[in-house]
Amino acid sequence: MSRSLPSSLTSSRRLPNVWDVVASACVLAGIVALVHVTPETFQPIDAPEAVAVSLDPANLPEYALRTTLRMFAALFASLVFTFTVAPLAAKSRRAGLLIVPILDILQSVPILGFLTFTTAFFMGLFPGKVAGLELAAIFAVFTSQAWNMAFSMYQSLTTLPADLVEAARAFRLTPWQRFWRLEVPYSMPGLVWNMMLSMSGGWFFVVASEAITLGDKSWTLPGIGSYVSVALDQRSMPSVWWAILAMFIVILAYDQLLFRPLVAWSAKFRMELTAGAVAEDPWVLKLMRRTRVLSVIMDVIGDGLATIARLRLSLPMAKGERHAQPPSKLADLLFYVAAALVAGWAVWLIVNYVASNDVGLSDVGEVVVLGMFTMVRVIVLIALAALVWVPVGVWIGLRPEWARRVQVVAQFAAAFPANLFFPIFVILIVKFHGNSDIWLTPLMILGTQWYILFNVIAGASAFPGDLQEAAKNLQVRGWLWWRRVILPGIFPYFVTGAITASGGSWNASIVAEVASWGDDKLQAHGLGAYIAQATTDGNFARVVLGVAVMSVFVLGFNRVLWRPLYAYATRRLTL
Amino acid sequence: MDGTFSPAPLMQVTGCRQAYHKDSAADLVVLDDVNLTLKVGEMVGLLGRSGSGKSTLLRIVAGLLKPTAGEVKWRGQQIDGPADGIAMVFQSFALFPWLTVRENVELGLEALGIAKDEREKRAEDAIDLIGLGGYESAYPKELSGGMRQRVGLARALVVHPDLLLMDEPFSALDVLTAETLRTDLIDLWSEQKLPIKSIMMVTHNIEEAVLMCDRILVFSSNPGRVAHELVVPFPHPRNRLDPAFRELVDNIYAVMTRRPQKPATSVQTPAAEAGVATPLVSVSTNLLAGLIEALAVPPYDGRADLPALAAGLQLEADELLPMGEALQQLRLADLADGDLALTDSGKKFALADTDGRKTIFAAALRNHVPLVAAIRRTLDERWNHRASSVRFLDELEDHMSPDYAEETLRTAIMWGRYAELYAYDEEAAQFSLEDIEDAKPAE
Repeated sequence: MSRSLPSSLTSSRRLPNVWDVVASACVLAGIVALVHVTPETFQPIDAPEAVAVSLDPANLPEYALRTTLRMFAALFASLVFTFTVAPLAAKSRRAGLLIVPILDILQSVPILGFLTFTTAFFMGLFPGKVAGLELAAIFAVFTSQAWNMAFSMYQSLTTLPADLVEAARAFRLTPWQRFWRLEVPYSMPGLVWNMMLSMSGGWFFVVASEAITLGDKSWTLPGIGSYVSVALDQRSMPSVWWAILAMFIVILAYDQLLFRPLVAWSAKFRMELTAGAVAEDPWVLKLMRRTRVLSVIMDVIGDGLATIARLRLSLPMAKGERHAQPPSKLADLLFYVAAALVAGWAVWLIVNYVASNDVGLSDVGEVVVLGMFTMVRVIVLIALAALVWVPVGVWIGLRPEWARRVQVVAQFAAAFPANLFFPIFVILIVKFHGNSDIWLTPLMILGTQWYILFNVIAGASAFPGDLQEAAKNLQVRGWLWWRRVILPGIFPYFVTGAITASGGSWNASIVAEVASWGDDKLQAHGLGAYIAQATTDGNFARVVLGVAVMSVFVLGFNRVLWRPLYAYATRRLTL
Repeated sequence: MDGTFSPAPLMQVTGCRQAYHKDSAADLVVLDDVNLTLKVGEMVGLLGRSGSGKSTLLRIVAGLLKPTAGEVKWRGQQIDGPADGIAMVFQSFALFPWLTVRENVELGLEALGIAKDEREKRAEDAIDLIGLGGYESAYPKELSGGMRQRVGLARALVVHPDLLLMDEPFSALDVLTAETLRTDLIDLWSEQKLPIKSIMMVTHNIEEAVLMCDRILVFSSNPGRVAHELVVPFPHPRNRLDPAFRELVDNIYAVMTRRPQKPATSVQTPAAEAGVATPLVSVSTNLLAGLIEALAVPPYDGRADLPALAAGLQLEADELLPMGEALQQLRLADLADGDLALTDSGKKFALADTDGRKTIFAAALRNHVPLVAAIRRTLDERWNHRASSVRFLDELEDHMSPDYAEETLRTAIMWGRYAELYAYDEEAAQFSLEDIEDAKPAE
């Protein structure tokens, strides 16, 4: 690379074209909007205009923008987290021993339950400033997306193809170069896919975290989520629909402008060298590739980044990599002892905290019983969703021309924050005096059932054509066909979807088991309602207890049910 | 099991045509006017190049595909959907990975609603017959390729079909395993131990067809037609080294390389455009160069008998023939009557160095491949020397199926790149003259 200028600048053929105008307008508008919104973050929290949410639909674009910005701030934080923690876990054996199980647990812990603590913490960091609330909301979204992204990258890093690693070593790439040339590109498809899942889940949390109640105080952060919560208080149905419309547009834009181009782009990092059937480029990617000025700018940025990636940076300690020494036993021992001490101290802290706040064994028993209620709900919901969506998914998945279209819709539905639809259910329940123990339940799976649908579709469309033909030729039909042919075939996919759906449902129980419409309060019996109530009461000890018990339930659920099922599925049911 | 007292044919196909509808141009015809009669007690081979529609015909006969036109009669009845008494063996085995060997074998019986005792007995018999005893409780994953195909055979035989269909049953196996399986099957067949009346198999391996079948139908491509039908008169077991066997193999090669009559296209197009839309076979330039080198030196010295060449290069007929056709298209070699002979430019190519070869290849492309010539001409004419590949693809799709169009364009890209006639940017789907040295500025 002896050229001093990037090739894109020296080329004379790149005059601006129409696409540049379109693209530049979009970029500029984005910047203007950003500048407009940012200063409000640093206003004092008491300033009325900072946190007041008006139901005027004209304000919705701004609210939508602020919600979206929170989303992206959280995504950025998640990426930073992923790029530091995942390599650390993959490269350092000791760090890996700790980080991997922690990530695993954090993945399955009900994040919404923690909202209370994190809000208190961030409010403490920026006393009296909106920034504290903002950070708390961003952090809530961060906690919903960072773990599985980091986990995905960790998995990619530990399964690098041996030949590429050897090639990197033979060409004496420094660890820095190796990271950018081999490890990051290799992790990219998995990371992008998980990012998409995370973002989809994130919309739910960003909406939930904008209206925060801490004890007797409650705050709203201007955004779509708080708009809806104000609409609920004021019983304004038109406002709910406006919010849903705004969210629809935001998700559509996110899907079209960011997600689809990203997935198409990441396909080039896949490990296959053969050119397979590739989906058509989404229009945004085409636009970016066709605009002359934009692509020059992109090239400059790209060349700059590439130069950084080429730097022969290396840590002094990395030199030791050449001849790996056996790990020191003494250091290992010290490490284990330290880890055990920290863990013991943490448990002692939790028990002590809960116990010192008048929470006794009877409370624990009560919470466990409530946990059972919620668990029954989750199981029934997953079963119902499976009953509905498996046949539908199979039917669609076996028809490729349908599968492609429905898949897009299902992914979109999964990204749409279901909590925006809660009010509609609540109104119906209030109107018909439904039993809240039964009728609040479907809300838990409203947003997460789509994971089952789109995984089943993916499974059915991946079902090998020759097996289909064999079954037809043997004249396998009816129930025998479901039992022997298609259900085992899609089972691994179904389990993947069900794991996501059940995790999401546990989380959603915290917002779904309690609902209100103006002065009408609906409450179901369950652990989610318990946590929500404790949060409203400002009883931190009960929140801790509730969240801890829920974590145990979720982890137990995963370990006892999903993990063995998944292991069985991959062992027995895959080709 | 002899067919003397059932004069009616087992299977009769008349005027079978399979076409896929295309909106922009004429329908894409895969099979055209195929007639076929299958008698009791014979093993029939369908031989042809990939894309000649022989697998499609097999699926039509199996009732898995409905033909666009024509009649398929099975035991005198019109077929609609999978029929009783027809079982199929797949190239990829198509075993259900979640079922054990026994469960896989029993699946067809379960579908017929046969009682458990009977089911188990018949499955056991089939498993023993095909040499799978001891593997009953194994999962397909645990078996080697050969064993898997045995399961596929047992699964087909257990329903006691009258007709066994096999879709390239040995082509996914290594040479030794395939040969063992073939001889086992022929032995069982000629000793009449198989509970079947007839076998129809698809293959692209000429020797395999001559080794196993009583009758061979040779298919021509584009659209698929029965180009030739021949009877194999040798008794089993057959000897591959027998001169009569070799002669028959030679004859089939000659049939398969016979110049096809210009197919009458349904849409009449100006000559120039039709030239651009000549389908190109995707063969890499490395393979072409390797083949030319091999042809140029002894023992061939510029001219080779195809069966001998295929054996010498360890290629199957359907691998070698496209390479020969590509060379013929470029006029680097002549392909006729089972021989492949280098032309003068082919001989020059063999002797040239890397740059010289590229020059010869470039000239051959510009003179004999209208699509490549048209792409380069367009680039030379454009002020920015760029052209989107989409327009060429669109043009191709007016004359052929999207798959063929895609393959043809990809081949043009690959060959043009090697000849350094143009560059191609995959992401932008654009041809250009970037980094092309002899690119002349447009006047």
